[in-house]
Amino acid sequence: MITAERKPLEELIEYIKPFKRILLLGCNECVTVCSAGGRKEVGLLASGLQMAMLKSGNNIEIRQHTLERQCDPEYVEELVPMINDADAVMSMACGCGVQEIAMRFKDKPVFPAVNTTFMGASERQGVWAERCQGCGNCLLGETGGICPIARCAKQLMNGPCGGSVTGKCEISDDVDCAWQLIWDRLKSLGLEERYMEITPAKDWRSGGGSGPRKIIREDLAE
Amino acid sequence: MKSESRLEKILAAGHLAVTSECGPPRGCKPEDVVTKSKYLEGIVDAINVTDNQTAMVRMSSLAASVIIKQQGLNPLFQVTCRDRNRLAMQADIIGAYSLGIDTMLCLSGDHTKFGDHPQAANVHDIDSMQLLQMVKGMRDDGVFQGGAELKGAPKMFIGAAANPFADPFELRVMRLAKKIAAGADFIQTQCIFNVDKFEQWMEGVRAKGLHKKCYILAGVTPCKSLGAARYMSKRVPGMDVPKEVVDRMASVPKEKQAEEGVNICIETIERLKKVEGVAGFHIMAIEWEEIVEEICERAGLLPRPQV
Amino acid sequence: MEKFEPVIVAFCCHYCAYTAADMAGSQRLPYPTNVKVIQVPCSCKVDALHIVKAFEKGADGVYVAGCLEGDCHFKNGNEKAARRVEYVQKYLDEIGIESERLEMVMMSAGMGYRFAQVATEITEKIRKLGPSPIKTATAL
Repeated sequence: MITAERKPLEELIEYIKPFKRILLLGCNECVTVCSAGGRKEVGLLASGLQMAMLKSGNNIEIRQHTLERQCDPEYVEELVPMINDADAVMSMACGCGVQEIAMRFKDKPVFPAVNTTFMGASERQGVWAERCQGCGNCLLGETGGICPIARCAKQLMNGPCGGSVTGKCEISDDVDCAWQLIWDRLKSLGLEERYMEITPAKDWRSGGGSGPRKIIREDLAE
Repeated sequence: MKSESRLEKILAAGHLAVTSECGPPRGCKPEDVVTKSKYLEGIVDAINVTDNQTAMVRMSSLAASVIIKQQGLNPLFQVTCRDRNRLAMQADIIGAYSLGIDTMLCLSGDHTKFGDHPQAANVHDIDSMQLLQMVKGMRDDGVFQGGAELKGAPKMFIGAAANPFADPFELRVMRLAKKIAAGADFIQTQCIFNVDKFEQWMEGVRAKGLHKKCYILAGVTPCKSLGAARYMSKRVPGMDVPKEVVDRMASVPKEKQAEEGVNICIETIERLKKVEGVAGFHIMAIEWEEIVEEICERAGLLPRPQV
Repeated sequence: MEKFEPVIVAFCCHYCAYTAADMAGSQRLPYPTNVKVIQVPCSCKVDALHIVKAFEKGADGVYVAGCLEGDCHFKNGNEKAARRVEYVQKYLDEIGIESERLEMVMMSAGMGYRFAQVATEITEKIRKLGPSPIKTATAL
């Protein structure tokens, strides 16, 4: 999923200060799962903003709404009846959702309420960790199912650097050495020899090196 | 011979090679490079010039290498993958060779987290293995990494680093083999304090015949003080400073510690000389370049052979 | 300013604090009427939103009362509640509400005396802090 974290309240207040009527939007997809911008977080933020604004003598009106999927024009359409009642939109969706609102409602200010952080997985309740960088040319098949691009601090594609100690990365004891994980996997799969294959320099065009990426499925595209 | 490198000539002639290092200054002070490198004149065969070591901005390794070259000495140009993409790296390699630099070391680079610009992006367009491949391709095939022909190939003597003390240990010999396959002509190792472990690694190296495929320069460092020994043992990831070394430093009074550090370093060199496959020494006297002469003298590494 | 009587919301776990409140009653132990008790099936049933809404609606103080450590009827709901209270305390600071206005307390069902004592102490603490800044702002 795409993970996100709420921005500090102070920053959000700066955004909405000039406005009276705010439409606060959540999204039912990734940001709900990572407890950053679902229905519940929308309620919590609305209440917090309301109180913080009240304290500084501003009475604002916050309407809360959570879309099924904010990165999809089909769902964004459902905002049409309510958008005119708002002076500005604050979105708790990921950056994709925020931009979808900006594209659809050209004259409406829209502000992000979260920092979109990474593509990751839940390690345990309340803990998410980065797993993928969307490089566009997956090499997990060669690396035992562990990604060195997303999980090695130096993005090393050919093995651990000299800072790998007892399974941990030199940057922090909280970070596993991706290459230790890869090596452990290769060993348990009996694929130790695979380590000797040199992964050549990566073609970053698929990874965004040639500008914004797009996928077109001819059979589906309208 | 793959290059005109003095280091290569020394090694090819079967002499024990000696290299040392010189960290460029954090500012426009070319005279500092001159002073530091002069300490090493006639003492070592090549002087490593670090590339923004510990991710702190310094004079570029290319510029400092040129200054050293201008002194009539032999720079060993270090290039890390942290700060530049493959375009910039290739441009610098061509530039370096054009200015008379024929020996280089390919590194991943310390993470920006440890430096004075933790805000900076870590580039890592390519990794150290791919850098070795790239330089070898430039030298031997006369092509850029992107495939285009290169007019006037840089005939570099190509080095890489190896850390026998990092984990997973069982991968460390394989990693060396991979670096050799990628293009490494010589290797400089992490500082060796745990000689037993190094010997264990070398056993693996010899079992695969890797010492015959590239020259291995054993890295050593004189501890200047007990504090330095403790720091390296506790704070530097991938450094293995055994308790005995720290205890030995602690057993002498403060004013004798530097001397003891040098003694340990010389004893280490003597022990390493007996290890089959060690082709020379890389003496890393960080901010203590003036001591290298004494170490080389007492370790019987002087005078340097003429080749 | 007229005499300030704080409004305090106490979210009380059914298995401990709520029963303790009953016990306090049957033992005729007095505690301030400022405390409005809300029964919950477990302290961890109290959501961050419940707490924040209580302040928005005019509470001067809020506390969550759960079972003693290791005694949760649902294994460790009380520990989760304590972590959530800490999280909301930080949020209150961001909003500009003193985080001391929110507390996590723990007690067993038999601690009628402790229930009354906690209710009294928290009421006095909030009385000293004065009305919540939200209440003050609303009154303006």
